[in-house]
Amino acid sequence: MAELHLHDVSVRFGGLQALAEVNFSLMPGEIVGLIGPNGAGKTTVFNVITGVYSASGGHVEYNGENLTGLKPYQVLHKGIARTFQNIRLFQNMTALENVMVAQHSRSSCGVFGAIFRTPTQKREEARIKEKAMEELRFAELDEFADEVASSLPYGHQRRLEIARALASEPSSILLDEPAAGLNPAESSELMETIRKISERGINVLMVEHDMKVVMGICQRLVVLDHGVMIAKGNPEEIQKNPAVIEAYLGN
Amino acid sequence: MIWLFVLLWPLLGIKPEGLEVATTFSVWWRIAIGCASILVIYQLNSVGAFNFITKPVGEAVGGAKKATSTLPFAVWAFAILAFAVAYPHLFGRYAQDVAINCMIYICLGLGLNVVVGLAGMLDLGYIAFYGLGAYTYALLSVHYKLAFWICLPISAGVAGLGACIIGYCSMRMRGDYLAIVTLGFAEIVRMVLNNWMSLTNGPNGITGIKAPGMYWPDFANGMTLEHLWLKKLSLIYYVILALVIFTIIAVYRLNHSRIGRAWEAIREDETAAEVMGIPTFYMKLLGYCTGACFGGMAGAFYAARMRFVSPESFTFLESAMVLSMVVLGGMGSIPGVILGALALIALPEIFRDFELYRMLVFGGVMTLMMLFRPQGLLPPKRRMKAEKD
Ligand SMILES: Nc1ncnc2c1ncn2[C@@H]1O[C@H](COP(=O)(O)OP(=O)(O)OP(=O)(O)O)[C@@H](O)[C@H]1O
Ligand SMILES: [Mg+2]
Repeated sequence: MAELHLHDVSVRFGGLQALAEVNFSLMPGEIVGLIGPNGAGKTTVFNVITGVYSASGGHVEYNGENLTGLKPYQVLHKGIARTFQNIRLFQNMTALENVMVAQHSRSSCGVFGAIFRTPTQKREEARIKEKAMEELRFAELDEFADEVASSLPYGHQRRLEIARALASEPSSILLDEPAAGLNPAESSELMETIRKISERGINVLMVEHDMKVVMGICQRLVVLDHGVMIAKGNPEEIQKNPAVIEAYLGN
Repeated sequence: MIWLFVLLWPLLGIKPEGLEVATTFSVWWRIAIGCASILVIYQLNSVGAFNFITKPVGEAVGGAKKATSTLPFAVWAFAILAFAVAYPHLFGRYAQDVAINCMIYICLGLGLNVVVGLAGMLDLGYIAFYGLGAYTYALLSVHYKLAFWICLPISAGVAGLGACIIGYCSMRMRGDYLAIVTLGFAEIVRMVLNNWMSLTNGPNGITGIKAPGMYWPDFANGMTLEHLWLKKLSLIYYVILALVIFTIIAVYRLNHSRIGRAWEAIREDETAAEVMGIPTFYMKLLGYCTGACFGGMAGAFYAARMRFVSPESFTFLESAMVLSMVVLGGMGSIPGVILGALALIALPEIFRDFELYRMLVFGGVMTLMMLFRPQGLLPPKRRMKAEKD
């Protein structure tokens, strides 16, 4: 079981303090929501955790290891997978291939193995495909396996991104606004999917603006505003918190 | 368009002796009429005046496609292979020569396809690795009398090593910057080959390179193995044929492996690829080196076939040529690259009489391609699917 801790993480972009000493944890089995108004720094939190940006202060700890200075692919190898706010699939590849790519860090065959199709390579390739199909089935996308990603409807693309993240066999998954652009029926399906992910023993940290989704499935919430963590607690507490209400309604 | 023709007239007339505007008129008006009619056809087509022709033709083509697609791929492959094997017995020396040339470029095109088509890195200096491979075999053959078959992997290795060094310095750059760095590197290689007199004999080139040798069972003398130099054109044809087949299989298998998927992912979205667990820097370097290895092998063959190398054969024009094949045929598609190589090497040979205007037509065709079919003649399968939707 994996634990994620942020210790006083700060990020600066030139003169802009995007994050100021953010502290929170993601404990085993939890679904945590990260909320806040636009530009609060939620995506920046994800980028710091996954190594896309480096923190200007503080550090991120995963399973007792310091993630500072790791490249994004190394962070994924440690078990943290993510999705993107604006969908970033490999547009010209098929759905199946998209998901298979995520197995890269869990496989090892090289150029010579590929050219000469060694038995090890064949076995590995079969395993990758098996795993990818499994995740496509989980996301109910198996019938679209051979479709090109860009030709899928928007809602399917969102699910495909989640399937791709899951295919890397993560112990924690970070979802950046998974319900953005979905209709109410799709949103409730998504909530079901997220619950199932959690049941698989994967910790979930999600950024979401849709309060119905957030209040429905998150056990704990962390609220950011202008890079500052203004509140954390369970959904009932957060809903009553005056600082949160002010941040959302403005002054 | 009109400007083009106004300029074209005097340009066509430029001869070493001076300007001869009058004699070029006959050619000029042919080109002018050709272009004008293409323009008219294009305009009519966009209005839809040809629907009565294009519709039945389209249906016929669709029907033909269905008929051919029912034939399994193996039959096709076998038919093409049979033709390729029988080729030297069917055609004369000249045709064999053209075919060999063509196949060298197919190897180069496929190698570059790994870099440009799969990994999405624009490489304008690919020919440098061809040159490295050629010189590696030339030097090893002349100074150490090493056999071609031993040198083939060594040449690939040297080219790959060269690519590693360049790649390590330049892989941090993207897009256009990378293109310029690779272009510069190719020029450096050419300059070194040109000026390092003691090693490469400079612009005079290296002569006395051995052809590939082979052991052949000699039935006349009992079952002894006889050593044979593959000097005859038809024999050397089979060497390059084998090399082409190896390259096709290798590139196909790479494409359909974990490595190839990683390259494609990098081409599609580098940041997303890195976040999904692909060490992008390392994989790009690997792609660059793998492509260079194929180029090096083609180079070694080139040296063995010509039995002479000089820096002249490795100019920027060659790089541009190989790149055009990949772009013309369809980036990332193996049949596309083969078709591109055939189109750019074989067709000019057929139309030798118009040699003077080759570059002109070449430019025109490329422009038309970019306008009407930017994805190439035979784009990779799944991308065609994407466009239909
Ligand atoms: N690469 C960057 N360079 C400069 N500024 C950036 C960069 N990335 C984010 N920012 C800034 O940091 C702040 C936080 O951005 P972030 O994307 O984390 O917000 P967010 O909470 O995800 O907002 P949204 O709800 O709109 O997605 C914004 O003001 C943004 O403009
Ligand atoms: Mg965001």
